[in-house]
Amino acid sequence: MGTPTRAAVRTSALVKTYPPGRARRGTPATPEVRATDGVSLTVRRGEVFGLLGPNGAGKSTLVRQLTGLLRPDAGAVEVLGHDVVRHPERAARLLAYLGQESTALDELTVSLAVETTARLRGLAPREARLARDHVLEELELCGIAGRPLRHLSGGQRRLACVATALAGERPLLVLDEPTTGMDPVARRAVWAAVDRRRVDRGTTVVLVTHNVIEAETVLDRVAVLDRGRVIACDTPGGLKALVGGDVRLELVWRERAPVEVPEVAALGADAAVAGRRWTLRLTPEAARDAVATVTAGPAFAALDDFTLATPSLEDVYLALGGRTEGLVKT
Amino acid sequence: MRSGGGAVSTAAAESRARFGDPADGPAGADRTGRATGATGDTGTGTGARGTDRTPGGEAWSGTGPAPLAPRARLWPSMGAVYRAQLSRARVARIPLLFVATFQSLGIMVLMRGVVDGGAEARAVVAGSSVLVVAFVALNLLAQYFGQLRASGGLDHYATLPVPAAAVVLGAAGAYASFTVPGVLFTAVVGSVLFALPLGGLWVLVAVIPLAGAALAGLGAALGLLAPRAELATVCGQLGMSAALLLGVLPGGQLPGPVQWVRDLLPSTYGVEALARALQSRPEWPRVALDLGVCAAVGVVSLAVATWAYRRASVR
Repeated sequence: MGTPTRAAVRTSALVKTYPPGRARRGTPATPEVRATDGVSLTVRRGEVFGLLGPNGAGKSTLVRQLTGLLRPDAGAVEVLGHDVVRHPERAARLLAYLGQESTALDELTVSLAVETTARLRGLAPREARLARDHVLEELELCGIAGRPLRHLSGGQRRLACVATALAGERPLLVLDEPTTGMDPVARRAVWAAVDRRRVDRGTTVVLVTHNVIEAETVLDRVAVLDRGRVIACDTPGGLKALVGGDVRLELVWRERAPVEVPEVAALGADAAVAGRRWTLRLTPEAARDAVATVTAGPAFAALDDFTLATPSLEDVYLALGGRTEGLVKT
Repeated sequence: MRSGGGAVSTAAAESRARFGDPADGPAGADRTGRATGATGDTGTGTGARGTDRTPGGEAWSGTGPAPLAPRARLWPSMGAVYRAQLSRARVARIPLLFVATFQSLGIMVLMRGVVDGGAEARAVVAGSSVLVVAFVALNLLAQYFGQLRASGGLDHYATLPVPAAAVVLGAAGAYASFTVPGVLFTAVVGSVLFALPLGGLWVLVAVIPLAGAALAGLGAALGLLAPRAELATVCGQLGMSAALLLGVLPGGQLPGPVQWVRDLLPSTYGVEALARALQSRPEWPRVALDLGVCAAVGVVSLAVATWAYRRASVR
């Protein structure tokens, strides 16, 4: 990433443990959960920094500690030079946060939700209206500006929430899964709007995602989280280099794998099997041989579909020992 | 997706080039930066930085902590919350306002067969009118804050630089305002139904905001303090039921312990004030005293609600 840059966000040895839940009628007791387990990260100014991991990896807990919503049990959080563990109220004056919930805004119209949020971010009435008009136009929300959020589709509602986070200038944006449920057009509008702020104003973005495609395309650097720990942190390209030149071969059989073919049985020994789907990580040469095997003779007759792909962040995640379930690949 | 990503990474390169170019930096802005990666690598470097725009718009050289954006001031942000809450009525609250009013009208019609006039009639009309306030300001506000807290909706306000009092007072004020049409309608219809003088009804100008403040503060505090949303709903319902039973029945005929509960309920003082104003010759000092109690309870309960909001918004 070239020259060392000032930190926008710095956490050191951050720990947050949720106490065990008591058993109630119908719900069993839950054990103690260490949602953030010694997280040390530095987000540089002006970069789009991602937190990637499946549900329950501790991503949201981590950003809630950055935004002053949750007090860590131990460790330090510094946002743009301010200690937000000691002064959590300063976070609201440094950053804009998009949480996963929109219940505070659901019954407002899109236009009023954005304007009110801008007012509460400290803008004067006129400035707030200007900011509202600008962001509604930027995200192409003018057509639904008069409709209440609760009457919108999931993706539209999410886009309206993004608009509230972008109304009123902040040097740091903390966005928790901003594009959930959005169509590609809306996603592009969001990333274009975020990027405009970065280019024009040097805005830093901390982004929570469990979408590996999004992580590869929009992030400058990404921290991979698993069970409250950072298991890797680098550029998407740097992380993919970790898994070397291996490629991924996915085979889907029609009914069952033709294990009577010796070559297929040999492949099966190394495959991760999920029902009719086999996933194999192979060197390019071995993959070529494997494809030749399964596209000929009795194996091909039993084959429903196959894909051959270069490593993705999901492969990185698996190679680092993460759990696979929960990552989105669309 | 791919094309969007391409645009982002191009722009990233641009912004990096801009930040990395020492020629952009202000003269003498020489400083030492330290970056610590997750993997534990540390590096030191010296370089001048391009100036950044701060939230306030002025240039920030980048040394020391970033300047803080201004806080939202109390009155303007309270006004913004009030306006937003009031607009919710159009989407969500109108059916419930009808329920609140019809409930009170039903009680009055029912009591018309039992009560002839005098103190009892005044108690029924005043109790039914203030019941609308209890239904909306106490019960519905307790539910609203209970649900907001349980669903994480408070995060939205907690990550904006808005005073806690602005959120609580804005919401409480809006819920008190929702009650105005219902209270007016109930009081006028009740006075006609029981042949009471309408001249004292102007006192509603004070009764609605003061009883509204007391009950909305209580409702907000219950909603924000209840450990679960369902409990907030139950507390709000119980408070409204108490206001119904203890407000509509005249105080003099109740057994001792029930009278104490009645005296503890803030809605009682709103009911008493309105009932006195419905007399042909109202005792205005007593009315003022009752309203003073409402106001005092309102200040205390709104302060408690503000404290409860602060407690609920940072965990």
